[in-house]
Amino acid sequence: MGIFALIIINKAGGLIYNRTFSEGLNQLNTNDYLVLAGTFHGVHAITARLNPIKEPPSPPSSGGSPNRAEPASGLEVMETENFRLQCFNTLTGTKFLLFTDTMQSNVDGTMRKIYELYADYVMKNPFYQLEMPVRCDMFERKLNSYIREINSSR
Amino acid sequence: MSNLQTSKGSKEQAGLRYPSNGKTIYHRPLNRTRTSELSQASFAYLFSEMVGYASKRIESIQDLEKRLNTQGHPIGLKLLDLLLHREPTRSQLRPLNIIALLHLIKQQVWTSLFGRAADGLEKSSDPSKPDEYMIIDNEPLVNAYISVPKDMSQLSCAAYVAGIVEGVCDGSAFPARVTAHSVGKQQQGGEDGGAGGADGGKEMWPGRTVFLVKFAPEVMEREGFLGKG
Repeated sequence: MGIFALIIINKAGGLIYNRTFSEGLNQLNTNDYLVLAGTFHGVHAITARLNPIKEPPSPPSSGGSPNRAEPASGLEVMETENFRLQCFNTLTGTKFLLFTDTMQSNVDGTMRKIYELYADYVMKNPFYQLEMPVRCDMFERKLNSYIREINSSR
Repeated sequence: MSNLQTSKGSKEQAGLRYPSNGKTIYHRPLNRTRTSELSQASFAYLFSEMVGYASKRIESIQDLEKRLNTQGHPIGLKLLDLLLHREPTRSQLRPLNIIALLHLIKQQVWTSLFGRAADGLEKSSDPSKPDEYMIIDNEPLVNAYISVPKDMSQLSCAAYVAGIVEGVCDGSAFPARVTAHSVGKQQQGGEDGGAGGADGGKEMWPGRTVFLVKFAPEVMEREGFLGKG
């Protein structure tokens, strides 16, 4: 079955893009999608704080740029019997959620490519308003052909 | 020359900023161009902002296209001079007839702007419009990442390139009006509405754009005289 669905959540927890890529999936209505996006955003924020390991005290930096530790990334993968949810959090806080088959390989590569398509066809589009729902034909077209390629190769 | 010397002398001058080695764009030779390529991503972001700037307080889509056209026009004027300067001394002539001019645009102008020649050059097939020529680009670089929203469907951001072409035509004393029309999209829209006629060429190039060059009447008149002579 390959890749099931993609959801993009903006940094405020709003749903800006959702699309399914295969037949015969349970459908959600728009409201449920919005709730899902908001809930995931909250859960992600909580998981980012749940760090059992005590952070080492940052050594006093001698001049130059301060040595900042990588912030905790929060939830990255969630696996269930039927699907696998991979989350990619960009540096600006946009989250990409990819629902795939549990056996799907190279999800990281797929995610990277989707982020690349987003950076190209959404962020470089003068008619896209930041943090608003994504409505870009080119993004849609490129994403569909990319996912179809992956799904049909299995 | 005097300008260059003063700029070297007083670096603390306000306004313009100079790189630490003191070499500004004016110090570079005009001829060496082979390696001066730019990042497409930076251009895409810059162009995106230019379109955003041009679409502030516009009344119609024609208005927006007009503004993009106006932004491109001075580039065309200057580019013509630069390209002719770069020609070997013997062939440093500005184009004298329409065909030579369009050929210059298709080859030199396109190559210097986009790294490849335009995909086609056609004369209008309508006999009542002998003054219209078409330059065809299958995938214009400026539109590479742009999806035009549905409510502005007749807009083509390649109007900026049309402005450049218009600048080149005006600069070589062939006043013309140049407009950009995306034909790939129209075809698709028509197919969606009507029967799904499969046109392979149009399907393959959804961003296919035609630059319609309409020369001023005096140009056609002069061309007529030249043809007789």
